[in-house]
Amino acid sequence: MGRYVVRRLLQMIPVFIGATFLIFLMVFALGDPVTGLFGDRAPDAATAARLRAEFNLDKPVWQQYVLYMGNIFTGDFGTAFNGRPVTELLADALPISFRLMLVAIVFEIVVGIVLGVVTGLRRGRAADTSVLMATLVVIAIPTFVLGTTLQFFLGVQLGWINPAVSPAARFDELIVPGIILALVSLAYVTRLTRTSIVENARADYVRTAVAKGLPRRRVTVRHLLRNSLIPVVTYLGADIGTLMAGAIVTERIFNIQGVGYQLYEGILRQNSPTVVGFVTVLVLIFLIANLLVDLLYAVLDPRIRYA
Amino acid sequence: MRKGTRLTMAVAGATAVGLLATSCGGGDDGYGGGDGGSTVRASWGDPQNPLEPANTNEVQGGKVMDMIFRGLKRYNPETAAAEDALAESIETEDQQNFTIKIKQGWTFSDGTEVMAKSFVDAWNYGANIENSQINSYFFQFIDGYADVHPEDEGAEPTADTMSGLEVVDDHTFTVRLTEPFSLWPDTLGYTAYSPLPQAFFDDHEAWLEKPVGNGPYMIDSYSRSQSMGLVKYDDYAGDDEARNDGVELRVYTDNNTAYTDLQAGNLDVIDDIPASQLKNVESDLGDRYINQPAGIIQTVSFPLYDDAWSGEDMVKVRQGLSMAINREEITAKIFADTRTPATDFTSPVLEESGGYEPDLCGDICEYDPEKAKEMIEDGGGLPGGTVTLTSNVDTGSHRQWMDAACNSINNALGDTGACTVNPVPTFADFRNQVTGDSMTGMFRSGWQMDYPLIQNFLQPLYYTDASSNDSGYSSPDFDDLVDRANSADDEDEAIDLFKQAQEVLRDDMPVIPLWYQNGTAGHSERVSDVKLNPFSVPVYTEVTVS
Amino acid sequence: MPEPSRPDTPFEAQGAAVAEAVSSTPDPGKARSLSSDAWHDLRRNPIFVISALLILFLVVISIWPSLIATRDPLYCQLGRSLDGPAPGHWFGFDTQGCDVYTRTVYGARASIAVGVCATLGVALVGAVVGGLAGFFGGFWDALLSRTTDVFFAIPLVLGAIVFLSMIKLTGIWPVVLVIAALGWPQIARITRGAVITAKQNDYVQAARALGAGNSRLLLRHILPNAVAPVIVMATIMLGTFIALEATLSFLGVGLRPPTVSWGVDISAASDGMQFRNAPHILLYPAAALSLCVLAFIMMGDAVRDALDPKLR
Repeated sequence: MGRYVVRRLLQMIPVFIGATFLIFLMVFALGDPVTGLFGDRAPDAATAARLRAEFNLDKPVWQQYVLYMGNIFTGDFGTAFNGRPVTELLADALPISFRLMLVAIVFEIVVGIVLGVVTGLRRGRAADTSVLMATLVVIAIPTFVLGTTLQFFLGVQLGWINPAVSPAARFDELIVPGIILALVSLAYVTRLTRTSIVENARADYVRTAVAKGLPRRRVTVRHLLRNSLIPVVTYLGADIGTLMAGAIVTERIFNIQGVGYQLYEGILRQNSPTVVGFVTVLVLIFLIANLLVDLLYAVLDPRIRYA
Repeated sequence: MRKGTRLTMAVAGATAVGLLATSCGGGDDGYGGGDGGSTVRASWGDPQNPLEPANTNEVQGGKVMDMIFRGLKRYNPETAAAEDALAESIETEDQQNFTIKIKQGWTFSDGTEVMAKSFVDAWNYGANIENSQINSYFFQFIDGYADVHPEDEGAEPTADTMSGLEVVDDHTFTVRLTEPFSLWPDTLGYTAYSPLPQAFFDDHEAWLEKPVGNGPYMIDSYSRSQSMGLVKYDDYAGDDEARNDGVELRVYTDNNTAYTDLQAGNLDVIDDIPASQLKNVESDLGDRYINQPAGIIQTVSFPLYDDAWSGEDMVKVRQGLSMAINREEITAKIFADTRTPATDFTSPVLEESGGYEPDLCGDICEYDPEKAKEMIEDGGGLPGGTVTLTSNVDTGSHRQWMDAACNSINNALGDTGACTVNPVPTFADFRNQVTGDSMTGMFRSGWQMDYPLIQNFLQPLYYTDASSNDSGYSSPDFDDLVDRANSADDEDEAIDLFKQAQEVLRDDMPVIPLWYQNGTAGHSERVSDVKLNPFSVPVYTEVTVS
Repeated sequence: MPEPSRPDTPFEAQGAAVAEAVSSTPDPGKARSLSSDAWHDLRRNPIFVISALLILFLVVISIWPSLIATRDPLYCQLGRSLDGPAPGHWFGFDTQGCDVYTRTVYGARASIAVGVCATLGVALVGAVVGGLAGFFGGFWDALLSRTTDVFFAIPLVLGAIVFLSMIKLTGIWPVVLVIAALGWPQIARITRGAVITAKQNDYVQAARALGAGNSRLLLRHILPNAVAPVIVMATIMLGTFIALEATLSFLGVGLRPPTVSWGVDISAASDGMQFRNAPHILLYPAAALSLCVLAFIMMGDAVRDALDPKLR
């Protein structure tokens, strides 16, 4: 187990180098970002050339990458076009996105698994059908519509929340955005749980447990749920990163300057230090979350062993 | 599985605590500045570039510059006329050599005095290529610009300062331009011409953290990308001093949120009402909604560098396309009357005395589907039978009007495939295509004036090889009229010549004027006297808090 | 594992459909393959029949939209912008003054094509990568899973724009390719997890002990038992991909006129907050999308039931 974890951690090194280079190439492929800085005006060639030199954009891509990586090891992730160091953007955005993700994932876990168990055990009944209908609504109506409508209702009509989240982004402010962010994932978690429950409800060990006369609640939680959780946990592990990176719509609605927002701005303004910096951190988050999930497999299903 | 159960419980508990916390609310929200006293809470966007006068070319940074700086001139927020601010007098005999005297008693908010040197140093800084200032081209009219800002890529400057600038005494300096420019003094209200304090040059990094200027407000707190607290500068020497204690600018990444926050009573002033709310704004805000002309015109350009569009008869096709666009309907239905159909190439904020000509375009800018079809066929039809309309779609709500304009053209031509929109993902990509002359059909162009002069609406956009001449238009007649206007002896003569130049444009139609854009704003019941200046920026100094 | 009599446990599946499926359990004496068993069950499952008919209907109008809509979806009169229902225009008009009914019908083709093809592509790539990683473990798992981790982190907008600038094409296939190229990691993770679990089952160990080859093990014993979560993911993804197409189209990377799609209409309706003044322009394309997703979710459920050996 210990060796397995060490090996997985060592694998991060090539992944880190590969991922940063890949993203670097991709941002490079977007083209020259300098023209955009001049607004609706043709840049004067001399100033544009200066700016390119300042951001190392005048060098071949491999050299840009080497320079960039060299700086990273001294803790310098470069600067965005508005002059802010990327490390500062990361320090601002990551904690906020992390809190938002926590709210969303807790909501997914609690509500998604409960709904999944209920619908799985009550297949075809009213509860199951209602949840299915709600799932369709969440899939078909864009997050933007659901989010702004809820924001208007709670923030303006009822005055329960502030429509915009403050720069401090406290947990209590993030509850409504977190729920909005979690909705689509909630659909996945609910249906994954439901299917697993349906599958495992007829498995031998559940029947054995029932036959032994164990109480219903105990069978559901200890035997049935535990063995049904592997796909759900897999999904949730990957969702941690997705929720942090892909919250752009939710972040815009509630005025949160999180990872999704910074990444989107970085891409639209073609600022490679921003994009590469954020994606690099995201890769690490995916790596760690997926490692934790793999370790959880062994907890959930003792037959799974890691060398 | 005990552990798991306990974890679930803990999670449920945490959620409950969170819910409790919401109902209590309040507390530290992380905004700088207080909402106590008569502070105005206003919406803001994150400036795209570091906040320096010669490096600010968009409206969000411009807002702050307008609050913390005053230049030689200031544009009257109502009439757009250039009025003396720091300038005591600007004198010239030949429209080329100017003697500028500045008023005494003005100070920067760090206590140092504004002197002739403050201007000369600032302009030399802005022009010098080593400082990579985006607005450096504003100084191109000054003699010696080529020495500090060589045109060629990679060339090193041969001088530190422009030879055309000379400090005479503490409050006088002279300017020599490379050629006559009669309206030049009126351009001096632009942000790039602001004076800078010595602190700017002594410790640039520290200055950027908290810029210091000579305007009616000074910066009290600035947390990047989040908010800026500005307080009234008590020793401000101008006559437009602030009527409130200060302004708190809050960054919103999306204007919709700012609008919702205004409705919820958390914000006092929002400028630029989001397009999506325009249909509701009048019922939401009533007379707290402001919709007034601004110095912005939207146009559609043709790639005249492409042979397919530059032929002799193609002017008929271009004019025909202009007549195929139903401006009235689009401005009403898509823009809820926050745009006005354009009838010339300038803007109503110039007023007719400044060169705006409401009758210039005539029939050519009126919707007439039959005539449009006739003219397009007369001119040989659309190149290849179809035309595209290209724009970036990442900012602004361009997609909607582009669809509407294409539908209008298609309906006029009776062919639903004649015009198609060609969205480009990013602004930078779009500008690369435009400046790289690689357009093959119509593309979006627009102009937000730098200063309220007809010169600014014509010369940078249509003069041969001018910096924003995206269509590649070149007309000796037009160039000649502009040259003559610039060296004219007085303003009226200059404006008259510019108006003649505009007529050349109408006949050549290198671009189609679409509509004049209005500035929009809304405010809370807590504040009054909110208005927009011709640059569609709220006049914060005049806002009063009840 | 035939089971003629069902004990009345609380964990039993309840729906009428399932009951029927179970009661039709074939005579245990007759040996039949898993797939023919499944097909036998499916035909008698009303949920499957209903969803199949629904999908058939959607496919038919995708191919011949003019069967039920006679107007031109691109003919728009701005003067009728956001107007409500009128004679001959029962769903009203959208922002541009186009007929909402006609556009909803014509939108089926591109949306269903994108949804189904992208889902198939994602499921294929994801299942292969995840299946191999989970089955072989060790080096292959490390290589494939770490690649998956990198792909997880690539932002869709970036990937899509870069992809487009490389192929310089627009239309249904580029959209499908972009989604397939960037959307597979989720499925790969889920498949890998399911394969790792299924690998532990006694019958797999038994089959291996009996000398079954890798491909036989993977295809006949493990995949059928790992397919349930993949089906669930895929059916929901189908809906999100149809909506995702609009994001790509909005960026200029996706579909363009004259192609009409539900996604574009839904996003146009929500982009301008037009839904507040004229909910009908959001309602109809969203309802069509829901119906399509519902059909595939129902079918996915039925197929999963039919493949589950424990249910017979």
